[in-house]
Amino acid sequence: MPHFTPSTSRRNFLKGAGCLTIGFVLFGVGAAAAETPKGPELPGSLQDNPRINAWLEVLADGRVRVLTGKIEIGQGIRTAVAQIAAEELDMPLERVEVVLAETNRTPDERYTAGSASIEQSAMSVRYAAAAARQKLLILAAAQFKAMPSQLELRNGSVRTTDGRQLGFAQLLGGQQLQDEVRLPIRLKPKADYRYVGRSIPRDDIERMVRAEEYYVQDLRFPGMVHARILRPPTYEAKLESFDSKALKKAVPGVLQVVVDGSFVGLLAEREYDAKLAQDFGRLHARWSGGRALPAGQPLADHLRQLPAIDKRTTDKGNFNGAPTTPTLRASYFKPYLMHGSIGPSCAVALFEQNTLHVWTHSQGVYPLRDALAKLLKINPENVHVKGVPGSGCYGHNGADDVAADAALLARAVPGRHVRVQWSREDEHAWEPYGSAMLLDLEAHLDPKTGRVTHWKHELWSDTHSSRPGGSPEKLLAAQYLAQPLLPKPEDDVSGGIYRNSEPYYDFPAVRVDTHYVQGPLRVSALRSLGAFGNVFALESFMEELAVKAGQDPYAFRLRHLKDERAKAVLRKVQDMVQNQKLASREGLGVAFARYKNQAAYCAVVAKVTVAPEADGSTIRVAKMWAAIDAGEVINPDGLKNQTEGGLIQAASWTLNEEVYFNAYQVTTRQWEQYPIYRFDEVPLVEVAVLDRPTEPPLGAGEAAQGPAAAAIANAVFHACGKRIRQLPIRPEKLLA
Amino acid sequence: MDANLTLLVNGKQHTLRVDPATPLLYVLRNDLALNGPKFGCGLQQCGACMVLLNDIAWPSCQLPVHQVTGGVAITTLEGLTKPDGTLHPVQAAFVQEQAAQCGYCLNGMVISAVSLLKQYPKPDEAAIRNGLFRVLCRCSVQARAIRAVQRAAGV
Repeated sequence: MPHFTPSTSRRNFLKGAGCLTIGFVLFGVGAAAAETPKGPELPGSLQDNPRINAWLEVLADGRVRVLTGKIEIGQGIRTAVAQIAAEELDMPLERVEVVLAETNRTPDERYTAGSASIEQSAMSVRYAAAAARQKLLILAAAQFKAMPSQLELRNGSVRTTDGRQLGFAQLLGGQQLQDEVRLPIRLKPKADYRYVGRSIPRDDIERMVRAEEYYVQDLRFPGMVHARILRPPTYEAKLESFDSKALKKAVPGVLQVVVDGSFVGLLAEREYDAKLAQDFGRLHARWSGGRALPAGQPLADHLRQLPAIDKRTTDKGNFNGAPTTPTLRASYFKPYLMHGSIGPSCAVALFEQNTLHVWTHSQGVYPLRDALAKLLKINPENVHVKGVPGSGCYGHNGADDVAADAALLARAVPGRHVRVQWSREDEHAWEPYGSAMLLDLEAHLDPKTGRVTHWKHELWSDTHSSRPGGSPEKLLAAQYLAQPLLPKPEDDVSGGIYRNSEPYYDFPAVRVDTHYVQGPLRVSALRSLGAFGNVFALESFMEELAVKAGQDPYAFRLRHLKDERAKAVLRKVQDMVQNQKLASREGLGVAFARYKNQAAYCAVVAKVTVAPEADGSTIRVAKMWAAIDAGEVINPDGLKNQTEGGLIQAASWTLNEEVYFNAYQVTTRQWEQYPIYRFDEVPLVEVAVLDRPTEPPLGAGEAAQGPAAAAIANAVFHACGKRIRQLPIRPEKLLA
Repeated sequence: MDANLTLLVNGKQHTLRVDPATPLLYVLRNDLALNGPKFGCGLQQCGACMVLLNDIAWPSCQLPVHQVTGGVAITTLEGLTKPDGTLHPVQAAFVQEQAAQCGYCLNGMVISAVSLLKQYPKPDEAAIRNGLFRVLCRCSVQARAIRAVQRAAGV
């Protein structure tokens, strides 16, 4: 038997073996029970990386290693792809290991974003594993001189009905499956599933409670240097002077101070000394300038008057002859929101032998590699980026920026690992926020039919995605170097802004006018992008229309929906709350959206209590219910966990959160100033999953955000009669 | 100025040469290579760095290490697991309830819950919310965490 070790990488394998196109023809077409792909296409990630061994390696001991270009960000992708691979290969789950995003190791799947881990990565693994299964059966059939139909896969082997068997590694003779995955592919019949569709517990949660090394923050290398960054007090401020000698006198443990323009890195052997150096720098460094921020006027007014790039992003039906006065018109607002990762961003970098190694919790190792290569002016082949889980990110936080910080500092101390840890203030003040949005809605309701005839949605927002995507100027440090790289504003309206602005309802005439503006704060992708603000406005407005028309909120929505699956989640959530008893000043509110109008369907109900207190009212979300349809569900508990978390997080966004700034700087710089939900505030949650095993899986991780906000706003209205259209829904707004 | 300090961590004495003003968190993570307590804010606002000090949950991020010498029993998440690898009932309950997403705040929740159950073995929901109040969780698994503490307490 050829010898190889589990660490053998795929590029070391022998070429040749004669790539065999695996096709249906080899098995005949008669497999009636088999699932065949519904559409003509393979998952996108698989089209880009078509070879089986890009996704799956057979190890010498018969275990299988699955490679995903996605990173674990708390969504449980590691378990989901393991379930899928084990399923198609009929092997025990514990004999499947998963490698997360790493350059030159895993497929390039760009970003772990957009709720696409299952749709892209897990489905690619499914097809690759199914192709591997077919190839293994063919190889075994030749070995055993048997028909493939007389063979079965079990526990990492192929065996005959008369008991002969060969392990996967033996069958492959030390090689890997280099064949390309081509359609059609015979997938395992879903009726035979053992793992997929079941709530397999995530095995990494036990590793977490045992405090095993897991996070990028936990990495420790011999001789590792600790670093903090001295960031300017505000955007675009310039460093005038920093007395490194005084610092070294005050904090003797400081190893090195790296100053490049207004980028200041503070390195020390001990982390506490790096922290002290940062404290010292904040007190003693002198800065000038800084971009003025538009304090002193409502942000909504500011957004409305900014120069904009305008685009009619939806134009459906006929507005000729539309009533000049709409039935209802309302303006909504969503402030800047933080990702608010509990662990501030962190990265480790090593510059050695002309190669940069980076350990990062970035959502995109390949785009980060390209951006870092350009930043350091080195060849991308000389940049190795390994994804390691960090604290949950919920979008584009400081992960890429801190990796750039680490890369710049690693170059200053070649041969030593440099660990950069952002402080809480760094993360709060410098992370790219979710954009503020202003949303004007109007609609006309036919008084005879009670149906919406015309709908207009007009929105003002900055972009919802500024990921580096290979561009170094989007990395924070790059903008502050002596020779700065400055990002250019986008010249078009990006899709994240108007995500879910088009109603999923069947309205005859719909217009959405999107105004892309450049707001005052640094922004990028936050969970669900524009959908949160758009759905908050859209579903609040639907409720206002229903109230105006004197219609039941569920019936009003149902009569405007055509899609039976959309109706089903609404009916389900209505069913879940039918026995709720309401006391005085309690209210239930419902909302619905299909995320991106093409991913998961989600309907949410919130129960809110508005309680008068001596010093003003309090608003408490007592409970939230959701019904979600994400198509085929790989792991129901994983989907529930994501949806529960989405509800509670969105409730915190809706009731508690707003990034504040004065004319000089962002002023929400720690948790006391940006009070996300604590344990005394969180609602209990109940999630029902409508499983559709024969439908394709749909991205679900962001589906609850928008409906949750509107459901709460609607519940507040029903509890006390007050319609709040400006997030966050603070009790003092009830008095206005 | 560095000094030799002796700490009692997870039942073992450790003599270390450190700046006595160093927050306990840095000593636990960097000098003793423990992963349990996490850096979250350094401001005692988020609870990611919780440890048990003689069975009381306390944030370690601002606590000068010299204040916990002299036999104060410091227990980290690692120290809850029995030497044979058996999980503490609170750890086990969080696994059973799958009460985590990214898991970064698990340390604070588990440590706080262990402290709570020492004082109140049968807490009601309000007491659990109160006991975990100092811990922030952005993935928002709090509803599961409450269930996990209830499971551990058998209530």
